[in-house]
Parts: sequence; C-alpha cells; structure tokens
Amino acid sequence: MDKVDRWLLPDGIEEMLPEEARNVESLRRRLVDLFRSWGYDYVIPPMVEFVDSLLSGSGEDAELLTFKLTDQLSGKTMGIRADITPQAARMDAHSLQREGINRLCYAGHVMYTRPKSPLASRTPVQVGVELFGESSLSADIEVLSLLIETLQIAGLDKQYIDIGHAGIFKSLAAEAAFTKEDESALFDLLQVKASNEIDGWLKEKVSDQQLADWFRALAGLSGSASILAEAESLFASAPQGVQKALTELKHLAEVVQQRYPQASLFFDLSELRGYHYYTGIIFGAFAPGLGNAIASGGRYDHIGEAFGRARPASGFAADLTAISRIAQLQETAVSGIFAQNSENEFLWEKIRELRQAGERVVCGLSTQAQPQDYQNCDRILVEENGTYVVKALT
Amino acid sequence: MSELTIALTKGRILEETLPLLAAAGIEPVEDPQKSRKLTFETSATGVRLLILRGSDVPTYVEFGAADVGVSGKDTLLEHGGSSFYEPLDLQIARCKLMTAGIVGQTLKSGRIKVATKYVNLAKRYYAEQGRQVDIIKLYGAMELAPILNLADEIVDIVDTGNTLRANGLEPRDKIADISSRLIVNKASMKMKHNQIEALIDAISVAVAENAGMQGAA
Repeated sequence: MDKVDRWLLPDGIEEMLPEEARNVESLRRRLVDLFRSWGYDYVIPPMVEFVDSLLSGSGEDAELLTFKLTDQLSGKTMGIRADITPQAARMDAHSLQREGINRLCYAGHVMYTRPKSPLASRTPVQVGVELFGESSLSADIEVLSLLIETLQIAGLDKQYIDIGHAGIFKSLAAEAAFTKEDESALFDLLQVKASNEIDGWLKEKVSDQQLADWFRALAGLSGSASILAEAESLFASAPQGVQKALTELKHLAEVVQQRYPQASLFFDLSELRGYHYYTGIIFGAFAPGLGNAIASGGRYDHIGEAFGRARPASGFAADLTAISRIAQLQETAVSGIFAQNSENEFLWEKIRELRQAGERVVCGLSTQAQPQDYQNCDRILVEENGTYVVKALT
Repeated sequence: MSELTIALTKGRILEETLPLLAAAGIEPVEDPQKSRKLTFETSATGVRLLILRGSDVPTYVEFGAADVGVSGKDTLLEHGGSSFYEPLDLQIARCKLMTAGIVGQTLKSGRIKVATKYVNLAKRYYAEQGRQVDIIKLYGAMELAPILNLADEIVDIVDTGNTLRANGLEPRDKIADISSRLIVNKASMKMKHNQIEALIDAISVAVAENAGMQGAA
C-alpha cells in the first residue's frame, strides 16, 4: 500500500478529534444523568454477540446492517451490534428477569455494514431508553416525553416530532388478507406517498371499495393534530384495531402537547418507519437541515418472544453523534494551569492540591518549558518567596 | 414563512414545469432558459429555484439541500430507495422506458450485453425477466451500441421512437411509463408541512386542469 493512503479510514468510519469528542462525551454524560433521574438503569451490553440473539425479532434490515464474524470458540456466527435495543430486550427477558416494570438505558457505538443514508456514519454512538413490562399508553407517553427532554438537553429549542401508529396499517392489511408480497409492495408505496402508484395498485389488487378508499386515505393523512379528527370520521366503520390506534394517538397528542407546548407534533398515518418491529405508536424526531430522523422509537411488544419471555416494551434510540453536531450547546475547552517541569516535592504537593480542587494542571516536560496553544493554559505556577502561587500567563 | 428551495430538472422538463409552478404563484424573476445562473429568486417570497441536471435532483432533495424537486420517473427508478416522498405525478414530459434492438434481429439466448445509462434499473428489469446480462454504462447515443456490436440491446427512454427508427432499431418491451414527479424531502415534509402541502395542492389543481384540456383536445 502506498504511504499516501495508509492513513485513510474506510467510508463512513469515523474518529472524533478532541473538540468533537468533548461535545459528544459531555452530551452523553448529561443524557445518561437525565435518564437516571427518570429512573432508568444504565447497562453496558457487549459490542458483539451471537447473531441468533442480536437479530431476533428484528427485520431483514437489521440482518443486512449487521457485520458478522465467526466465533472461534463455538463455531457460531457472531454479529457486531447494529442496534442496542434487541440487546436491552435480551437483558430484560433473560439476564435480569425482573418482575413488573423494568427501565433500562444505554449509550454506545453501533456499527452498520452500510450507511443508513448516503454520507451517514457507519459507526454512530447510539443512546436510548427502553421501558419493559407496561402495555398501556402511559409507557409510550413517558418515553416520548423523555425523548423531547433529550432533545431539549441537547439545546434543540424546537422539537419536531413525527408520530404514527403501526396498528392502523396492520389492521387494514389484516382485513384485506394480503399475501406477504402484496403487503410489502403496498407498504413500499406508502413509504414514498406515491399517490398515483397507490391508486393504480389498489385498483388492481383490492376489490373491496371501502378498503381501497381507506388505504388511499392513509397516504394523505398527515399534518397537525387536526388530521386525527379527520381520520376518525373517515375510519368510523373501520376495524377495531384502527379505532383503538386513533384513540391512542389522540390521547398521546393531548398529553404530550400539554407538557411540551413548544414541541411541533406532526402526525403521519402512513409513516411506518421500522414497521416490522413496532406494534403500536411509532415516533421520530427531525431537525432542520438533516434529511433523516435523529431519533426514533415506539412500541414493540413481540421482541422478547424469541428469548422465551414476551414483554410489552416501548423505547427510543437516538443518534448521539448526529445530535451533538447540530446541538446548540458547544462545550468550551476548560482552561488550565501550566507547571514547569520539576521534581520539587513542594511543587508536586501544590499540583496535587490544585487537581483535587478541580483544576486542570498540565506539567511541562524536560524539553517543554512553555505550554502549547492547544493545551489551553491561561495561568502558570511560579515560585515566590519559597511557596508556589498561580499567576496569570501573559 | 420559512424558506423553500425547489430543485428543477433543466431542459424539456423545466419548460413544462414552469407553467405548473406559475399556477401555484411561483414564477422566476428572470427567465431561467436565457440565463446561465443556477439559482433563481421567484415572485413568491422565500421561494428559490435551482436548475440542475436531472440525475442530481434526487440527490439534492435526499440530503435536504432542496426541500422539493421535480424529476423524471426514470431518474427516480434509477436512483432507487425510499429516501424521499413522491406525492404527485405531474403528468408532463411523458415517455416510455423501453428495451430496443436492431430491427428483425432475434435476441440470442443466454447472457446478453445491454447498453444503458440506467444501470441499476436495467439490472433489475432483466433479473425479473430471469435473464443474466452484462451492463455497459453509456452516457448518450445509446442507439449506436447495437449497430457497432457493442451491445445486443439497449434500455432507454422512448418518446416518438423516431431516433430508434432512424438508426435501424426497433422498440421491444416496455419497462415503465415515465412522467415527471414532484418529490419532497422527508424532513421538510414534516417541518414545512403547511407550505409544502399548499404547494402540492395548487400544483395538483393545475395538473388536473392540464389533463382536462388534453382530454378535451
């Protein structure tokens, strides 16, 4: 390999230099503190585990996104996590086995075989929370509220939240008794809101006029909370599951909007991000200038089944790297005190005192008599009348 | 009102798009066809037009550099994925995406060579037909490829078919009907919803009127 490209990193693989690392780490700490203050226990799942458990309950997308390697000890295939949620679910179902409610949070790197969107990182830091054991809407409300506070901590003053419900499309698709292929074809068309193609497809595939009208309406039902009332009258005679979903959405909207009046809530009944995985409320967070969601979450009640203990679950995961880049709060570097290189025990004592008091003290070395710019020292330790004192560095 | 950036495809699509935008109250302050500029302010405050190569429009919209775009369905099919919304068929710049080959020549069995600028699309289409092909990417003058034995078939958009006939080729199978689409960045759709929905509504009225006129004629 030529010397020139030996330093190159693979596409989408990132390193963080001091300034960015400072921002990401500071935000990570504040978020983990926030989660803890809501009663979420911090866990550290492994980077790598058997694909059997890593991919259980998740869709085809997760399978494609996961890097795989062979375990030399067991001969089984291991995967580098592309998502921490299934790991938290495994810990809840198997490692912890707590009865009743279990709240977990985490922060760590995940790795994708290919970027989720062009130019996106393949090694983002994911933070998230999962709430297990509560099947009612109250869990979804808590998790969405916590997502909004997460964005607030990052300094995003206006939170753009996109909300949908997997139950609507699932109930209608069950009513239509689609084959798997048909369901996924219609699903793909709904994801891009291609109304002309949807019309054409429905004419060909759905003979029940009422059902076709409902699917057609789905693509157009997006906007402020007022579309929920519109949806209620449109779906007045629709299957039970649709009604239940609309009631949930309406209630969630009321509570969350009342708690966070500044948040912009956007409802989209055909938005089914992660549809194969979610079973109820689905939500995502967007930010100006970024084409993709910076956080997403919702209810996923079946993931624990593969671990022998199906548990109702609700949670969200956010891309810490992306959020930190758009966050308004940029950490300023902490200034420091420079101390000349010396083996004097009194100087050493003074340095220890200062450090214990929370100061940042950078020692010179035998060839370094002056601090360097990037060391960000604005003061210096000097000897005066037999003691060491801190002086401004000029 | 927040700013809105609309990416348009230059050439024939642009000519047919401008009247639709005008119907929505958006007119460029100078004629884009006569200017070398790439961005244009419009009569609507805060609305800006970008005039781009067709294949770049999906990229601008996908990354959110533009909120809304107008792009041929051929370009969208080639681009692939579901990274933006595609809510409206503008029913302009209509044509067909077809395979074509030398008149009267039967296609040999087994692996064939196909010349096209739609590499992904062609690969997908022939795979659906159960045929293994080798794709040759060309940027123009596709018709030459079969004549000079570079390829057995080509995949290209066909309007009247005159260019094909003039070069001794015949259109064969239709892959898709093509027309221009309005595409919308997913985040923009959520954050500038009122503005974008008003735009889609106004344009869809104009599209319906166009269709009515064509029906009457």
